Amino acid sequence: MNLYAVAAIYKFEMARTKRTIMQSIISPVISTSLYFVVFGSAIGSRITEIDGVSYGAFIVPGLIMLSLLTQSIANASFGVYFPKFTGTIYELLSAPVSSFEVLLGYVGAAATKSTLLALIILATAHCFVPLEIAHPFWMSFFLVMTAITFSLFGFIIGIWADNFEKLQVIPLIIITPLVFLGGTFYSVSMLPPFWQTVTQFNPVFYLISGFRWSFYEVADVSLITSLSVMGGFLALCLLAVTWIFKSGYQIRR
Amino acid sequence: MIQITDVNKVYASGFQALNNINLSIKPAEIFALLGPNGAGKTTLISAICGIVDATSGQITVDGKDIVSDYRHTRRLIGLVPQELTTDAFETVWTTVSFSRGLFGKKSNPAFIEKTLRSLSLWDKKDNKMIELSGGMKRRVMIAKALSHEPAILFLDEPTAGVDVELRKDMWQLVRQLRDDGVTIILTTHYIEEAEEIADRIGVIKNGQLILVEDKITLMNQLGTKQLILDLKEPLTEIPANMADFNLQLKNSGLQLIYSYDTTEEHNGISVLLQHLSTAGVAFKDIKTDQSSLEDIFVSLVKETS
Repeated sequence: MNLYAVAAIYKFEMARTKRTIMQSIISPVISTSLYFVVFGSAIGSRITEIDGVSYGAFIVPGLIMLSLLTQSIANASFGVYFPKFTGTIYELLSAPVSSFEVLLGYVGAAATKSTLLALIILATAHCFVPLEIAHPFWMSFFLVMTAITFSLFGFIIGIWADNFEKLQVIPLIIITPLVFLGGTFYSVSMLPPFWQTVTQFNPVFYLISGFRWSFYEVADVSLITSLSVMGGFLALCLLAVTWIFKSGYQIRR
Repeated sequence: MIQITDVNKVYASGFQALNNINLSIKPAEIFALLGPNGAGKTTLISAICGIVDATSGQITVDGKDIVSDYRHTRRLIGLVPQELTTDAFETVWTTVSFSRGLFGKKSNPAFIEKTLRSLSLWDKKDNKMIELSGGMKRRVMIAKALSHEPAILFLDEPTAGVDVELRKDMWQLVRQLRDDGVTIILTTHYIEEAEEIADRIGVIKNGQLILVEDKITLMNQLGTKQLILDLKEPLTEIPANMADFNLQLKNSGLQLIYSYDTTEEHNGISVLLQHLSTAGVAFKDIKTDQSSLEDIFVSLVKETS
């Protein structure tokens, strides 16, 4: 195992966060704070509680998931796409590193960055609403596993993309709507029956439900169901990455 | 050091970039790969470095297969690509240190400092890549390739677009590396560059290696030498007693040119001069000229067209 290479990629990617602190940290924190102001204060004054949890506190897990998912994808996809765009990927391809080590470096860094960001948002949320975490272990588990899974997904997007538009298209037109329609701001039980059925096909819904359960023991589906969906998506991403490295798709000519 | 056996590369488009390449690179030599644009030089280098997968054939480095033993072989190789592909916002120090780690070497600031100093980059170590000139970026690319102390260095068009001073500095560096035991394979468009620093020359065209030869042998074997005589009075034709010599009249009969083979035991010059004297042909100046590697390269490429 070329641990020096894994460390080099990891440190290189983490260093980018320092250079782009405005985009990586400050911007998501400001966006989340605005969500609290708009949804927590404006709507929260009309919807006081959902399932016994104050509305402001209810939306916290969903907002953390929103940042966690989008930032995991953005960090990983950009991290692997940029060397392709600039041509510096020649160095990765000619280095004595295995596909797994490359993956570990990029996905590890992306997951670390988005997990740190999620923790910063959690702290920010604490400034707006009183928070309690009923199951800290499961909260941490969901946080880390979601960061890893969606960083893997971002890695796949970064490999697939051959221009900046493709890099943005999936996060913008698929992931963000799925998070908004996955119960970030409401309980699925508040929806009409038809939309409740539609929501069952949204994988993000299960993540938010499981994550919210770890805070308030309030969930739309069981913990096992949430964990199964997350595990299934992780397995799918791993399969796709394995195929990419075996075939050399969009990497090796 | 490097053994290439029956290597072919056919791209997905059907274009055959390499056609049955067989080549052996010796340790600590400077091997120059010459060829016109699109001949397959970069594809061959990319195949050895692992950037491009060969369609068939085998490549070994230090006796190990580059596919099954890629960790061993790639650790031995440093590559300076043709394009100046750099991380624009990284500093020189960061990007060179990154390369060392990527190739599995423990951090060694003293070695990185030595490398940067040898390439006159030390005072630029904290500069971002975007702030450097093209020539400086080229030096950084070399520093990155040398950062993990490779035994083999590939230089793909290393002096393309650099000024004369930097080019000469690079030639000096290449010679120094060879003297330190590094095997160097370079591609170049500048025949003068190959003539100046290479030990052996390979010529590739349309994906085929049409010639591999020691530089001096090549220039002796394929190069012709000429004796040029500036005559006092013009000649209208070659005198009959010199009909057996390979002579040409040029410059309105004021120049007599004798082409001879340097490998022949007797080049015939003294006999020719005696014949000139006998025929009463006087000359005011005499000089010799030898065909350059460029002449040889051009004639080789033309021959195979």
